[in-house]
This record gives sequence, C-alpha cells and structure tokens, in this order.
Amino acid sequence: MAVDTSSQSVAKAAGDVARGRSRGTGKPETKLKRSLSTHWYAWAMVAPVTVVIAVIIGYPLFRGIYLSLTDANERNVARSIGVNEIPATYEFVGLDNYTEALTGDQFLGTLGWTLVWTVACVSVTFVLGLGLANMLNRRIAGRSFYRMLLILPWAVPGFVSVFAWRFLYNQDNGLLNKILAGGGIDAVPWLNDPTWAKFSVIAVNVWLGVPFMMVALLGGLQSIPGELYEAAEMDGASAWQRFRNITLPGLRSVSTTVILLSTIWTFNMFPVIFLLTRGGPGEATQILVTQAYKFAFEISPRDFAQSSTWGVLILVLLMLFAAVYRRVLRKQGEVW
Amino acid sequence: MGRADPRPVDALRRGLPASPPQAGRSLVTTAVNTSRRGRRSPLASVGLHATLIVASVIAVFPVLWVFLTSLKPAKYAITTDFVKETTLANYTDLLENTEFLTWFGNSLLIAGLTTVLGVFVSATTGYAVSRFRFPGKRGLMWTLLITQMFPVAVLIVPIYNIMATMGLLNQPVGLVVTYLTIAVPFCAWMMKGFFDTIPMEIDESGQVDGLTPFGTFWRLILPLAKPGIAVTAFYSFITAWGEVAYASAFMVGDENLTLAGGLQKFVNQYGAQWGPMAAASVLIAIPAALVFLFAQRHLVTGMSAGAVKG
Repeated sequence: MAVDTSSQSVAKAAGDVARGRSRGTGKPETKLKRSLSTHWYAWAMVAPVTVVIAVIIGYPLFRGIYLSLTDANERNVARSIGVNEIPATYEFVGLDNYTEALTGDQFLGTLGWTLVWTVACVSVTFVLGLGLANMLNRRIAGRSFYRMLLILPWAVPGFVSVFAWRFLYNQDNGLLNKILAGGGIDAVPWLNDPTWAKFSVIAVNVWLGVPFMMVALLGGLQSIPGELYEAAEMDGASAWQRFRNITLPGLRSVSTTVILLSTIWTFNMFPVIFLLTRGGPGEATQILVTQAYKFAFEISPRDFAQSSTWGVLILVLLMLFAAVYRRVLRKQGEVW
Repeated sequence: MGRADPRPVDALRRGLPASPPQAGRSLVTTAVNTSRRGRRSPLASVGLHATLIVASVIAVFPVLWVFLTSLKPAKYAITTDFVKETTLANYTDLLENTEFLTWFGNSLLIAGLTTVLGVFVSATTGYAVSRFRFPGKRGLMWTLLITQMFPVAVLIVPIYNIMATMGLLNQPVGLVVTYLTIAVPFCAWMMKGFFDTIPMEIDESGQVDGLTPFGTFWRLILPLAKPGIAVTAFYSFITAWGEVAYASAFMVGDENLTLAGGLQKFVNQYGAQWGPMAAASVLIAIPAALVFLFAQRHLVTGMSAGAVKG
C-alpha cells in the first residue's frame, strides 16, 4: 500500500495555510469576497464535477425520490411515441409505496436473503483472502506465479466469469455434475433448487471477490515492519500470537476499508444474481437490487414507482450501514 | 507498494544486518515479512504448496475450461474431454454468423467515451481536493463517496425515463451519459489518491516560479500523475466494459447491444450455444485480462489510498 503519510501531513499543512489566509474578521460581504478571491481557483477546479454530478446524478436522484412517492408505471409516465408526446398522468400518493414495501412480506423477505448473502459473501471472501494473502506473504518458491494465477478471476470481466460458471453449473451437461456422476453421485440441481441456487450464487461471488481481497490484504501485510515479527519471535510468541497481535492490528486500516467496500459492492451485486439465476428459482435468490430492476424492466406493466421505492430504501440502508460502521470505527480510535 | 514510493520502513529494513540486500530482487519482494528465524518444516512446506495449488486450480479452472471449450467443435462443447479435435470453428462461426463484432464495437465506443470524458472532467477536481482546503470540500468529498454507494436501482428508473423522453434509449450517447454517473465520482476519488502521493514541494516550486495554481496543475502535476491517470482510465474503462444492468435495460435490438448484453443472447434466446459463447468469452476476456494483470498493482494502491485517507 502506498499509504504514504507524509503527503497527508503536507496536505494538512497546506490546508492550514489556506485556512489561515481565509480567516477574515471583517463584515460578511467582505468575508464572502475574500473567501471568493482565496478559493476561486479551487472552486473553478471542482466546478466540472459538481455540475456533472448535479445534472446527471442529483437530478435523477430527486426524480427517483419523487417517483417513489407516486404511482408511476409504464402506462402513465410521459413518453414519446414517434412524434406524439404523451404527457404523464401519474399521481402523487405520498408514502403509500413505502408503507406497502415495509409492511409487506416481499421486501422484508428479500432484505433477509440480501443480508444473508452479503454477510456470507463478505465473511467467506475475507477469510479466504486473508488466508491466501498470508501464504503469499511467506518466502515460498513460485510465489509470483501463484499470485498471478490467483488474481485471474479478478482480471476477467465479471459477466464473462458468470457465464463460465453457468456453463459449469448446467444441470444436465455441466462439468460439475458430470464429475459427480463419475463418482456415482446424482446430479445436483445447482441453479434449479432454492437452497442449492443460494449456495451456488454465493460460491460464484466468493470466487469473484477473493482476488481483490487477497491483493489488498497482501499490500497491507507488506507494510507491516518485519522487526515486529522478529522481536515477537525472540520473546517466544507463537505463530498464532504473532498473527493476533501483530498481523491483525497491522491490517486494521486496510481491512476496515476493504470490508466496507466489499459489503457495499456485494449488497448491490447485480450481475452475479441477474446473469446466473435471474433471481430464481421462484424468487429464491432475488436480492434487493435485482428485485428493484425486475419491477421496472421485467414485469408488465413496468412498475416504476415500486422500483424507485426499493431503490431509495436500498440507498438509505447502505448509508445507515456506512454511518454506523464509521461510528464504530471511530469509537475504536480509528481515524476515518 | 509501488517502486516510486519507497517508504522509510523499507530503507530501514534493507539496512539491517538481518536482511542482507538481495541483488536482482525488486523492492516489492524484499519488503515481504518472512520469518527468517523460524524455518519451515518440510511438512509445512508441502501443506503450503498444496493449499496454494488447490486454490490456484479453483481460481483458474473455470476460465481455462471455457478456453478449452472454445477450441472444441461446438457439438463437443459439453463433453468432459479436456481437448477434443481442436478447431477454430467456434471463432469463425462467431465472427461470421453473429453480431459479435458490432457488440464489440459498441462496447469499445461506449466504454472509451466514458473513460475519456470521465477522466477529463474529474482530473481537476482530484487535484483541487488533494491540494486545497476550501469551503464545500468536505461536502464534495462526502458526495463523491456516497455516490459510489448508489445502487444501480436508485438511478436506473429516473435515468431510463429521462432517456426515454429525450429519445436516447438505444443510443450509445445515452449509455455514455449513464456511465458517467459511475465513472465521474470514482475517477475523482481515485485521482485524489494519486495526487496525494505527489509531493507538495513540486507545487511550491511551481508557485515560486510564478505559475498559477492551474499552471502548476497543468504543467507540473499532470505529467507526473500520468501513471495514476492511466490506471484510473483503465479502471473506469473496465467498469463500463463489464456493466450489465444499465446495458441490459437501455439497449435492445441485436445491433445496439454491448458485449454484456450480447453474451446473454447465446444462452437465452437460441437455447444454449456454448461453443460460440465460449469463443466470445475468450475474445472478451483475454485482452482485458492481459492489461489488467499489468495494471492491477496500481489499482489497489490507488483505491485504498483514496479510501483510507478520505
């Protein structure tokens, strides 16, 4: 990890200078003017991104929130057919969609599986990634070769890998079942039985996620000074004690980051579920994101309001999670 | 981790008698914390290698299997033979009888435009956020972070409706604009991480020489940040290249699909055409994988640098 702390302090120092300059004592107008003259460079430089975010993220976001408060669907939104403009006829319904989602079974059921899916994927991925990173961090013949092979799943575009797995999982002709048949075991309905499908999608997502975890943690391991281990070893610490008291604390900042990132990614992992099972069989593997997609694009008439409602709820959940996570870290003295 | 950034720890360690400087070894290798005193028993060595071999096989096998399948005649696609009558028929079939090249072109155009626009727009922001302290900076940083959390589900419906009213569905432009919602926050965030690794003294020397902040950025910092920009560009390219949800919802009709949508055709519509699908997978994956393996070291560095420093 090139987490190079010197530039952090430099940036901070630079910031202090800038802040010192802008510390005005005059009247509000002069303050504004002074702040404008001090900061206009910075503001001009962030302007393009601010504009882009406001126009293509901010506006759709507010429209999405608005749609979630209406009964918009395919038949009543504004659309143009040829040269004819058909105006929108949907109506404002207040929080009806939210009460419906939160009191009905469907949202809560999907949320339950989404949480299981996220926790299972992230924890298994983290443990495997940590294990492999530790092995690759030892002096061992062929290390860079192993590393290269282990990274491969990350290098292949996700949707390609997912199709490769679908090929392997194929019930009648897939390789996995043919191998099982060779051992005299009945074919497993990998993607057609609710329980097996859940297992299968988690397996694929873990397979996809381990390389990132491994590389990130390997970077973290390499930044732990070796003297710590030498000292501990001289003091007679066992391998497990060294792992618990040096490795894990040394990996703190890397692992908190990767856990946060991969939790968010997994929670929103659209392609794996969508391409592997389409949420099926039934709705067994449907996570919140794929279900929201289904409302808007796979059922008829397309239910835009319900989809937006689920989208907003997903966002709220993730932001709550990030806030809580951050607070917990801060309580433990982590600066983030 | 990068060679351009030797931390004091490495220098210190390399000077220690316990770790003799190893000629011909890269910094990355010497920075590894092997326990030098505790020799591994042969049994432990065997166990270590066995575990790594099993893990490598699991990592590589699905990809390798698809590659081998692509070389078999389509009728043998689902046999368990590793190699059977090797042929390139799947590839010629794919290129001649499907719209693969069109999809490839669409993906290339869309991902390329997204990358160029995304990087172009966000470079200055990454720099400003890395160097200046200004009112609104915290808010901007939070916005950049939170938008990366946006599930596809929040924006997809409103963007779809907006595109529908503007007649941009099924148009590459529509998808490019949509992908910018992913690329811009990400690029800005990652570039901040890279600019942070460039010493402040360079900016100061620019100012001493009378350059404006824009001049410093343009003439001194940007050239130094080239590797970082390349990695950011590459990463946003890969993200757009592999995006599935927007592409599946916004593009219909064979000639408008991107690769992610096109590949779905092989499995859904015509029953499972595993042969051409395998060939298509290989053609999509090999170039991406090669570049990726070349760039990945820097990817993690950039991401975690940005994330950790917030």
